[in-house]
Amino acid sequence: MKKIAIFVAIVALLALPYFGNNYIVRLATVMMMYSVLALSWNFIGGMAGYPSFATAAFFGIGAYVGAILQANGIFFGAAWFAAGLIALIFAAIMGRAILHLRGHYFAIASLVMVEVLREVVNTNDQITGGGMGMNIPILKISVEASGMLFYYSMFVVALLTLATASWVYHSKLGFGFRCIQQNEAAANMLGVDSTKYKTIAFSLSAVFVGMAGAIYASWVNYIEPPDVFDIFLTIKPVVMVLLGGMGTVFGPIIGAVAFLALEEIVWRNFLTIHSAVLGLLIVLLVLFLPKGALFFDYRQFFRGRKK
Amino acid sequence: MKLSRVSRQFGGLRAVDDVNLEIEPGEIVGLIGPNGAGKTTLINVITGVHPANSGEIELDGQRITKMKPHEVANIGCSRTFQIVQPFPNMTVLENVSAGALFAAGAKNIRESREQAMEHLEFVGLADEAEKSATALPLAGRKRLELAKSLAMKPRLLMLDEVNAGLNSTEIDGALKLIQAISDRGITLILIEHLMKVVMSMSSRIVVLHHGKLIANGTPAEVIEDQSVIEAYLGRRFAEKMAKEKNGQMT
Repeated sequence: MKKIAIFVAIVALLALPYFGNNYIVRLATVMMMYSVLALSWNFIGGMAGYPSFATAAFFGIGAYVGAILQANGIFFGAAWFAAGLIALIFAAIMGRAILHLRGHYFAIASLVMVEVLREVVNTNDQITGGGMGMNIPILKISVEASGMLFYYSMFVVALLTLATASWVYHSKLGFGFRCIQQNEAAANMLGVDSTKYKTIAFSLSAVFVGMAGAIYASWVNYIEPPDVFDIFLTIKPVVMVLLGGMGTVFGPIIGAVAFLALEEIVWRNFLTIHSAVLGLLIVLLVLFLPKGALFFDYRQFFRGRKK
Repeated sequence: MKLSRVSRQFGGLRAVDDVNLEIEPGEIVGLIGPNGAGKTTLINVITGVHPANSGEIELDGQRITKMKPHEVANIGCSRTFQIVQPFPNMTVLENVSAGALFAAGAKNIRESREQAMEHLEFVGLADEAEKSATALPLAGRKRLELAKSLAMKPRLLMLDEVNAGLNSTEIDGALKLIQAISDRGITLILIEHLMKVVMSMSSRIVVLHHGKLIANGTPAEVIEDQSVIEAYLGRRFAEKMAKEKNGQMT
């Protein structure tokens, strides 16, 4: 049943550009990007229980690595792949440095990574263009064709992330993450090498985000530090995972879709105060669905509350 | 296992002070002492949670002084916590299979679950396997802790007050279990406040006071040791024991 549903969803998404207009394809590309961000954050935040705020750092690294490589004439596919790899290496090194911190301290340290990187990119203007931003060479294909290219590319990265998440969830690795999330001291005592496992979780939360960042850069053709090291890129995935269900395989995707839908509806109807309305909605949702949509007890809701 | 001149300091406090101790394979060693004597700290030092500041610790000739907790766990040295530490959002079976998977080298999750089931049967929790770990009563959680550490296939198992908070029926059950574990050839270190339990179970008793090892001998020797009476047992206990002994003689 589940397999059929996934198959139908994949076929529908593959066929989407042939039926939808440019707006729909753009929206679907954003949906794929959000799914990548949410699924990635779930490795470290949901499964291993470390509240990372570094998503924007990985996204920005990916975007700039992709942009710089492409500006130097590297083929776009290779540049995207390299961007993921660099984000992974960066996360592995930084992870060793900050993953001994717990709770709020880790959250702040990971947030600082975003701020520091933005400043680094801002000041090294000879490579990155600094505050002037960077132009990425436009592919010489039609608007529709490039729209499809970026949509399918994001789609492939999202599928890769989902496949990795599913594999991790059912493997020894994911079991180790859950042990750490629930009781790190006990996990250590049971033989879980928590430093190694946390570093892997942190790196997994970076690699696909880096790729998505690079694809995003090519897609919008122009990036600047406040755009790709945007704190919203850090916070949105957390909200999505909270909406969908922490530590699950499909929760982050459900959350990403729900979040995007909310964002679009609110943005259209409350143009001037959309941030406030969106914020309020998120607070309400988290209050009433504390474990996420996947854990909502639908049957009990329709039967009426037990006392 | 061999500890030579092991010390651990927290600021100005020497929680474990120059401890020398040798434990032979298969022994049951009772570790007693007043609250704050450094019993749990000694276990934390051995398992690498709070590494020793000085001294050496060896397990079967292998130096484990500087090892991290997960490394110590992987060479067959496991412990239970005084305050039970289950993974709250996992079932009882999953809790135990974590030990089999990460420390005992089970090949995959399925194999670790099979091994875990055997250990649950051994401690008498097989019927509870699919329950949430937090649904168990205290006695059950203590058994779960035991099953978890057994799943790690330890050579040396340190039990930190497994009987605290249990009623006398539950204690009898726990003692049978501990004996059965020892019969498997696992070396045991028993931290315990119930003198009756220590006296009957241990082949040897070690007494800590202010981090120092003040006595080390058979149960009979230790309860007659003046410094142990001063530090821990109290005069009344000593008199009672002496009376019982005289009573047996006459």
